[in-house]
Amino acid sequence: MTATEIRELTIERVRQGLLSRRFSALELAQAALEFAQKENPKTNAYLHFCPERALEAARRVDAQLAAGEDPGPLAGVPVAVKDVILTRGVRTTCASRLLENYVPPYDATAVVRLEQAGGVILGKTNCDEFAMGSSNENSAFGPVRNPVAPDRVPGGSSGGSAAAVAQGTAVVALGSDTGGSIRQPASFCGVVGITPTYGRVSRYGLVAFASSLDHIGPFARNVRDAALLLQVIAGRDPMDSTSAFAPVPDYVAELSGDVRGVKVGLPREYFRDLTSETGEKIAQGVELLKRLGCEVREISLPHTEYAIACYYIICTAEASSNLARYDGVRYTRRSPHSETLSDMYRNSRGEGFGAECKRRIMLGTYVLSAGYYEAYYLKAQKVRTLIARDFTEAFREVDLIVTPVSPFPAFRLGEKIADPLAMYLSDIYTITGSLAGIPCMSVPCGRTREGLPVGMQILARHFDEAGMLRLAYAFEQAGGAEV
Amino acid sequence: MPAHTIEGMASTASIQVSPDVLARYEAVIGLEVHVQLATRTKIFCACPTSFGAPPNTNVCPVCLGLPGALPVLNRAAVEMAVKAALALNCTIRQPYSQFARKNYFYPDLPKGYQISQYDKPLAENGWLEIFVDGRRKRIGITRVHLEDDAGKSLHEGFGDSDRYTYVDLNRCGTPLIEIVSEPDLRSPEEAYAYLNELKLLMQYVEVSSCDMEKGHLRCDANVSVRQRGVERFGTKTEVKNLNSFRFLKQALEYEIARQVAVLESGGTITQETRLYNPDTGETVGMRTKEHAHDYRYFPEPDLLPLKISQAWLDRIRASMPELPAQKRARFVRQYGLREYDAQVLTLSRALSDYFERAAAASRDPRAVANWVMGDLLGALKAEGKEITESPIRPEQLAELVDLIATGEISGKLGKEIFAKMFATGDSPRTIIEREGLRQISDADALSRIIDEILAANPKQVELYKGGKAGVLGFFVGQVMKATRGQANPQLVNQLLKEKLG
Repeated sequence: MTATEIRELTIERVRQGLLSRRFSALELAQAALEFAQKENPKTNAYLHFCPERALEAARRVDAQLAAGEDPGPLAGVPVAVKDVILTRGVRTTCASRLLENYVPPYDATAVVRLEQAGGVILGKTNCDEFAMGSSNENSAFGPVRNPVAPDRVPGGSSGGSAAAVAQGTAVVALGSDTGGSIRQPASFCGVVGITPTYGRVSRYGLVAFASSLDHIGPFARNVRDAALLLQVIAGRDPMDSTSAFAPVPDYVAELSGDVRGVKVGLPREYFRDLTSETGEKIAQGVELLKRLGCEVREISLPHTEYAIACYYIICTAEASSNLARYDGVRYTRRSPHSETLSDMYRNSRGEGFGAECKRRIMLGTYVLSAGYYEAYYLKAQKVRTLIARDFTEAFREVDLIVTPVSPFPAFRLGEKIADPLAMYLSDIYTITGSLAGIPCMSVPCGRTREGLPVGMQILARHFDEAGMLRLAYAFEQAGGAEV
Repeated sequence: MPAHTIEGMASTASIQVSPDVLARYEAVIGLEVHVQLATRTKIFCACPTSFGAPPNTNVCPVCLGLPGALPVLNRAAVEMAVKAALALNCTIRQPYSQFARKNYFYPDLPKGYQISQYDKPLAENGWLEIFVDGRRKRIGITRVHLEDDAGKSLHEGFGDSDRYTYVDLNRCGTPLIEIVSEPDLRSPEEAYAYLNELKLLMQYVEVSSCDMEKGHLRCDANVSVRQRGVERFGTKTEVKNLNSFRFLKQALEYEIARQVAVLESGGTITQETRLYNPDTGETVGMRTKEHAHDYRYFPEPDLLPLKISQAWLDRIRASMPELPAQKRARFVRQYGLREYDAQVLTLSRALSDYFERAAAASRDPRAVANWVMGDLLGALKAEGKEITESPIRPEQLAELVDLIATGEISGKLGKEIFAKMFATGDSPRTIIEREGLRQISDADALSRIIDEILAANPKQVELYKGGKAGVLGFFVGQVMKATRGQANPQLVNQLLKEKLG
């Protein structure tokens, strides 16, 4: 197989290749691994590969094909998995020194489902440490470079997964999103990324950052592949109490429906200060939607301006608790030469966590502290309710909401790392959907004059992934990526 | 004036407060009791709760707090907690209660937080009645909530225990309920009675075995003192590690005397947590309010709010057994027992069941009660047996009681037969038949024996006729001797009086 062939694989092309016996799953896995390992130094998208596991999965697919059995909708498809999602027997580091050598004893539910569907996991992808960041520069194992523009960030925190898919070293990938960590890197790298409804995909085996906001979701080079991967990993899991019982529709079958007459809302709060090239591209995207027959109207999400503050209180509060278990007692690296128990905690955590994790642990500890809880955490929860209500109101008027994913395209490595507030503000458009727990996604919407990808965000009602994907698919098929 | 000394078992230290000083003060005590629920599996995972497994074997990613693991609530634990709450006359919180994270660092707490309940506990506003010095008193129950247990830190017992602490996480995730009382207790005796009643109740509704040695029942106390007549509460201390009934009483007595001594010497009480040391009998300051943990509670995002529907609640309520207080009242009403007797017979569900089975089979429930409380419990205690291990079945005891009630055998003979029943497990009739022990109620047979005895003792006959009525007892004794105690004593008396008349 040529490099170009591998780079341009889709789930459908893999399927056809296997069924026509043009290649076996094992041959594909070997070729894909070789290609990915060769290309990886350009981006640092993968932290490590798991060839044994990949080849074993591929052999299983071949055996099923030979036996005339259905090897599943992802048969033989090379997949990358963000390194905050557990893989049994394969190191899962969360891009943190603390878990540098952590080998989990169980698989995340999403990983189990992915492999049951025939997916072949090539390796684990880089990200911001414990998924905290918007540029992938907070990885303990070095930043990821954007495959489109190597001096720029791929976005974060799922920068490695987005970059691998954009670079062609994986056909699809799993990422995680807490406040934009799938959508923003998808937009920066020019691929499709989906944050499903909260509860749609099990969080069991996703290393927790902020439990009430964490999602697992797919990356792909096209809407159909993203829909298919979502289909595979979605659905109730008894191991996650917050996973939903709602039935999972056939997302792929529902892609091709008509979008004429679909009511699309543009929240005025999101466009008010958007004068950049990103704004132009989104405006062109919106024009395309109109040409597709969508009814576009302005709406209001009045509590948007409080979203960033609200988000950074809730996510840091939960993070401060979720990260407490990395204490040097059991599986995390223990700092040597500590005289007392509190020294052991202080040294192990102090040496193990990077700056951004420490910052969020401190913020979160502060907002939960006696005397501040009401003023910060409780207030933030109330604001969260208001933001969710904004969407409920809006969805009385419209079916879907369209916004930019990020105020700007991929920025340069090092450009914002010294200014945490500027970094936090870059999440402005993705955070509201996360707080509301609604499905949202990024779909490519043209490129800037410099050639940097822009992503259009589509937000939908709870559990209306199908409607959201239908619009994205129509947009993509109508040439949305080249507007 | 003699000093009142409070001492622990091996104590050299003591606090000297004279009884009349102590008498000017009143203690205010509230208890926080942790009860381990008797579920088969843990509260948030499917690991067994069995005691005594090799260290770190009853564990999984969830109770080990491994990255990515999530809790799933055990339905059985909820049902038991609801049962306990209903038994304590609490209101189950509606529309829902909520779990919360209690954050703190400790090596045997693998998640770095305990999953507990905070501002929305499972149940609130209940009460428990205690019985002290012949008086009933209602103690308020503030709340009952569910939580998971931590593991155990083992600081000794290993070759390198001077340098290392070992951690056993088997206990992690064992379901607990915490029962918090109002500060309604006014003495160590009341606290003791409260804990005892609570234990009894939990065993009755079968939510816990309450085995204190296995840590199924753990108790902390909030203690303050105030001068009698003063309404405001004094500054309280929290005393921890009161893990036996004896320790509870000793620790409270010590702590009350300590606080009184501090106040009497012009000092003030520091709000702090104190640890009871059973070896010295003292309480020792652990940390003051300024150093108290800030647990940074917040709602547990991994668990949904806990809704107990009316239908579910009704099902649980229907499955509740009769509670000790209800049973006691019924025993008094139905069987005519004295309050105290009813109290003793309801000390455990097994004992009350035994009594009821015997009482139902007998025509004299009050006599049954006396036999159970006296002879049977005494014999069992002497052999270190529980009521469930009694060699005498309740129906057999009822038979014995009725044989006496109908005059078929004497009370004295009854005691003999009881001993034989206890030793062999045979029924009283079997023993009577086998050993020829039937009571002689045949007036003719007894008449002949009496005649012989009167003939053989003319001097005593004279004395009786001369006015010494006490001699009658001598003749009764002689008849009993001649009949090996099988003569019907009433009949003997009657016949003797006639013949000596």
